Parts: sequence; C-alpha cells; structure tokens
Amino acid sequence: MTDATLSPDGAKAPEKTSAQPRSLYATDELTKKRNASEKRFQAYGIAAIGAGLFFLVVLAYSIISEGIPAFTRTVLTVEFTVTQEQFDDAESQLFKTRAYEVVFTEAMSTQFQQKNIQVPFDVAAIERIVGKPGSTIREFYRANPDQLGQPVAFELAASSRVDGYMNGRLTRDNITDSRFLQKSDLDLVDVLVESGIIQTVFNWPFITGADSGVDNPGGAGIGASVVGSFFMMLVVLFLSLPIGVAASIYLEEFAPQNKFTDLIEVNISNLAAVPSIVFGILGLAVFIQFMHLPQSAPIVGGLVLTLMTLPTIIISTRASLKAVPPSIRDAALGVGASKMQAVFHHVLPLAMPGILTGTIIGLAQALGETAPLLLIGMVGFVARGYPDGFVSGFMDPNSAMPAQIYTWAARSDFAFYEKAWGGIIVLLIFLLSMNILAIILRRRFERRW
Amino acid sequence: MNDMPKIEQATDMTDSKISANKVQVYYGDTHAIKDVDIEIQPRSVTAFIGPSGCGKSTFLRTINRMNDTLDICRVKGSIQIDGEDIYDPKVDPVQLRAKVGMVFQKPNPFPKSIYDNVAYGPRIHGLARNRAELDDIVASSLQKAGLWEEAKDRLDEPGTGMSGGQQQRLCIARAIAVSPEVILMDEPCSALDPIATAKVEELIDELRENYTIVIVTHSMQQAARVSQRTAFFHLGILVEEGPTQDIFTNPVDKRTQDYITGRFG
Ligand SMILES: Nc1ncnc2c1ncn2[C@@H]1O[C@H](COP(=O)(O)OP(=O)(O)OP(=O)(O)O)[C@@H](O)[C@H]1O
Ligand SMILES: [Mg+2]
Repeated sequence: MTDATLSPDGAKAPEKTSAQPRSLYATDELTKKRNASEKRFQAYGIAAIGAGLFFLVVLAYSIISEGIPAFTRTVLTVEFTVTQEQFDDAESQLFKTRAYEVVFTEAMSTQFQQKNIQVPFDVAAIERIVGKPGSTIREFYRANPDQLGQPVAFELAASSRVDGYMNGRLTRDNITDSRFLQKSDLDLVDVLVESGIIQTVFNWPFITGADSGVDNPGGAGIGASVVGSFFMMLVVLFLSLPIGVAASIYLEEFAPQNKFTDLIEVNISNLAAVPSIVFGILGLAVFIQFMHLPQSAPIVGGLVLTLMTLPTIIISTRASLKAVPPSIRDAALGVGASKMQAVFHHVLPLAMPGILTGTIIGLAQALGETAPLLLIGMVGFVARGYPDGFVSGFMDPNSAMPAQIYTWAARSDFAFYEKAWGGIIVLLIFLLSMNILAIILRRRFERRW
Repeated sequence: MNDMPKIEQATDMTDSKISANKVQVYYGDTHAIKDVDIEIQPRSVTAFIGPSGCGKSTFLRTINRMNDTLDICRVKGSIQIDGEDIYDPKVDPVQLRAKVGMVFQKPNPFPKSIYDNVAYGPRIHGLARNRAELDDIVASSLQKAGLWEEAKDRLDEPGTGMSGGQQQRLCIARAIAVSPEVILMDEPCSALDPIATAKVEELIDELRENYTIVIVTHSMQQAARVSQRTAFFHLGILVEEGPTQDIFTNPVDKRTQDYITGRFG
C-alpha cells in the first residue's frame, strides 16, 4: 500500500483498487526494481567475501611456503673418534675450536675415502659443507672426557649454503663460487645425501633456541623470544584485565553522567587510536629513564603494552556491559540488591563472554605489536648462554616474537629472511590459538536470557 | 492543582500504608509528576489508570525509589510508608526495596534456575540460616505465587525457559520471597494472554490478604476486577482517586469520565 501511495499516480490508486483487483501474479515495476537491487547487493557481498578469501589464501600460501624451510635443518650424521692425545693437543693451542675442526675434517676425508666416494674433494670442501663444528665438538668432549678414544656419533649442522641448496633456495644455476661454497662442492653434497650422511631433520633448535649472531643463521631460534613474549603477556593480562574491567564497571554502572566523565570517555576512545610508537616513547621516558627499570626487560614491554591494551579492553567491556538488558538490573534492584550486588551477581556474568573476547583480542594485538618494543630496546638482542640463566624472568633482557622477526628480516643473510617467515608462522599459531581460546570461552560462558 | 475529593482523604488518613504528599518528579526539565497527594490502604489493591505517558510508572517507581537509578530524575515532596519518610537521608534504598517489592511489565527472571531466581533475594538479605530454611522459603513463595505445581519438578531448570505467564508468576514469587509489605506491579499482565492474565489476577486477589498492592494497568476491566481503589492520572496530575466502584460508575471529574468511557486516550 505504501508503495502505491508513493508512486506518482498514488492519488488515483484507491479508485483503481476498488474498480479492479490487482493481480498478484504480475510483478509491478517497483517490485522488479527492488528485487533487482536486492540481487545486486547480494552479488556485491559475495564478491567481497570471495576477494577476501582469495587474499587470505594467497597470504597463507606465501607465508607457509616461505616459512616452512625454517622448520627444517640440514645435518651431517657422522661418527668419529678423538683420542686423548688429540684432545690434549687441541686444548694446548691458541685457537682451540679451530684445532678440533682440523682433526674433524681430516678424519672425515679418510672416512669418505674409505667409503669409496668417487667425487674429487679436498679438506677445504668438507670445511665449507660443515658449518663450524669446532665448538660443538669441543664442548662435547669437555663435558664427557670419558668418551675420548672411542667412536661417537655426531649430528653437526651443515653450513647455511648447503642448507639453502637442500631446501631449494640455492640451485646449481644460481650459485656463485665463493669462499663459502663452490659449485664443485655440490657434487660431494649429492653423494653424501645419497649415502645418508647429509639429512634434513626437523629443526627443534629453531623452536626452542635463542637468537644467534649474524654469522650463524643456522643456530638462530625463536624460543627465547617466545618466552619473552609470554612474560610480557602475563604482565599485560594481570594489569590490564583488572584495571580495565574495574574502570569500565565504574564508568558504565556507577559514575555520574557529567562533563568530567564525558571527557574521560572521549579520551579513552582517543587513546585507543594513538599510534603504538607513542606508547613506546612514553615507556622509554617514564619506565626506563625516569623509573630506571632495566632496558629490554619483559616487565617494561609488558607495562607499555598494558597502556596500549587498556583502551581496547575498556571499550569492549563497556560495550558488553551495555548489551546486558536493563531489565536484569531492575530485577536485581527490585528485590533489594545493592548496586554492586546487581553488577557482580547478574550483570558481570552476562557480560563475561564479551569481556573475555575483548581481552583476548587486546592481548593478541599486544602480542603482535613491534613498534613500542623497538624503542625500549627489546630488539637486536642476542642471547648468550641460553637456556641457563637467561630469559628466566620479568627483569632479564629479552626479545619478543615480533621484534625478533623484525631483527631477522633486517639482516642481510638470506637464511635469516627464511627464519623471519618461520617466526611469523610461530606468531600466527599463537594468535590463532588465542582466538580459538576466545571462541571456546565465549561458548562456555554464554547464557541466553 | 489537586482535584481529588477532600472528604475521602480525611477518612483514610489514619491507617494508610503509604501516604504521598505534594510529590513532584522531574526528568531533567520535564515535570512528569505534579503535586500528587495520595493515601494507599494496607492489605488492599490500588490500581493506577490513565492514558499513556501520564506518569503512572514514574509515580509507582518513586514508591520504592527505583527512580534513584536514573541520573536525570529528581523527586520532591514526601512519601511516607508506615509514617516514615522514604526519602529521608537515613533511609537506605536497598532496605526500602526489600520492604517494597516490584514486579515489572516484562517478565524478567534472572538467567538462572527457577530455584535460584526465588532464592536470590532471601540469600542477599540473609533470611535463611541454612539450606533447609531456604528450601522452605522457595517452596512457600512458589506456592503463594501459584507456581508450585508447575515448578516443583523443574526447580533446576532455567527460569527463562518457562512460558511468559509462568515467568511473570515466577517474578511475583521472587518478590514475595523477601517478605515485602508492599508489592508494586507495573502492567504485570501486558505481555500475557487472557488465561495467564486470569491466573495472575486471581493471584493478586489472594495476595491482597497479606500485602499492600499497587498495580498499574491499561485495562479498565482489570482495574475493576482486582482493585478496591482506583487512581486516575492525567498529564502528571492525580485527577481522581476513590473506591473502584465509584470511579467506574460515578466519576466526579469530567476527564475521568471521558477516559473510562473511551472518549480519549
Ligand atoms: N527515563 C526517562 N527520561 C526522561 N523522561 C522520561 C523517562 N521516563 C519517563 N519519562 C517521561 O515521563 C512521563 C511519564 O512517563 P511514564 O513512563 O511514567 O508514563 P506511563 O503513564 O507509565 O505511560 P505508559 O502507560 O505508556 O507506560 C512521560 O512524558 C515520559 O516521556
Ligand atoms: Mg508505564
């Protein structure tokens, strides 16, 4: 009816209806137009979702294909013997690890000859294939002197070029001869792969290890920075959840509506939009330069990220408190509950799923934040002596996952670039599990009314 | 401003449960209730009628200070219950609301079990010393609300899973459980079908023996069926108050007459 009166001949419409009934089978012009625009809108929607999915698939594919090599590593499994004399001799030299390497490469070259390896090779080639095994070997024998004189099976990391050759980053076509690797070495590598000496194994050190120096991409791991991120998230959770929820409950349920609370409200919304680097420089000035908290420590990172997360948590908590029907508050007040009882017994439980979701989203945001960490020095950090005595607490210097990824991506060796992608996969796995946790909590706490 | 017959008021003065004197309610700049004087009798049902927006709910909510929860709402004048001014600074609204219960227009059970719905009030007021006493209070409240037969086998099920009429009686049981002296009801049947309405009306009639009941209703028939006295509000003014019989058969004011005969609204 409304349509009829809105049409130009609306005035005449009532007469027409009384004269002859309109058929429902014939679709009129306006309805046709309306249906067409509805269809068009649905098509836009489907196209938008399709485009979104496409980008998601491209992104996921490129992350996984670039990052997977970081999870594998190339090792040489060899067995050889260091005698007591060789040990004493090496320990007496100036460059001790170098001395072990000499012993090792010589032993290998005799081993390979015995194994009837036909490809021509020299000691230098073995050196180029194995990274720098000296310190590994030395540490082993210093810890287990009783093993001297009998054969020991070693699993030694191959050099980063060989690793690149194994995972397809380097090929015979794009390799250039250098002091790191020569084309002719690849023949030896191929033979060693065939005889099972060179193997590709899962890279546990990447998951559990700490960052290494720029010259040793093979040894770099993300484990230490995962621990760093974990400590920071603990700080963020235990500060921002209680403070944020208390602030929102007060603002939403108790605070009087006046200019002052309006001002606070506007400022909270503005804070949510402040670039994170601003929080970073604030943390540098207040926590490190003024309060003299240790640089690069998870506690400082956690404090800075707490400042950043608070507005997110406050906004989402207030939204979920607002979404609780006022009739529930009335019901509680009506039987003589105090305001606080009404809030804590009835409103808060109903708002819980929303609060938890908001908190976890805030935490996830904080977990992926890099810029403020650059300013407080949680970046470019190389752990020595990990895991003993390192990254053990809130006060020890450490890195965080995104900062670690940034560090790796900025290094020149291509192997680090791979590590960066691998780090992103680890970070995404954490974010994904946090989101799943949010969904599970939401399901558990959700109650209908 | 008050057109209420003065003779009525004088005779009731002595034993009234609630007495309001020159009550004004403002929402910000809106003057929603103007100069209302009324005496409400104990152990009886008083109905508030009047066109939409005339201030029935507003006035009802001043009786248990539910309006305190609205920042913009201000109340002036005095309302006394048993001779005590409920707006006195010494009065804690929480205690007042335990004495003056409320049932709302839309059934609003807590999203908890039927048992917990009824037990919530007694729990927070410490009315039961142990579980057995609490069980007794829940059972007797449900019985008084006429819901016991339907609810006794499903006390652990959510109150929100009941029918609308059952939910409203559950809300009445919840209000009764804290042993109030006055029960305020704001259009308690407006969301119910005729059969559920009849049950609630029957219940109100029974409750009259022990409680002072004030009910807001849009149904003239309902006011006539359940109430002993009726008050007619119009544009924030209490136009006329008296025995229900008289208001419906022999109204003094022209506006009351127009309203009950359906000539405006
Ligand atoms: N929260 C509020 N804020 C501002 N004004 C309000 C508020 N509640 C009610 N009012 C105003 O007060 C006046 C009385 O409202 P009230 O709800 O008491 O009417 P009512 O008689 O209960 O109407 P109905 O029969 O439709 O429920 C109305 O003019 C209304 O606009
Ligand atoms: Mg109303």
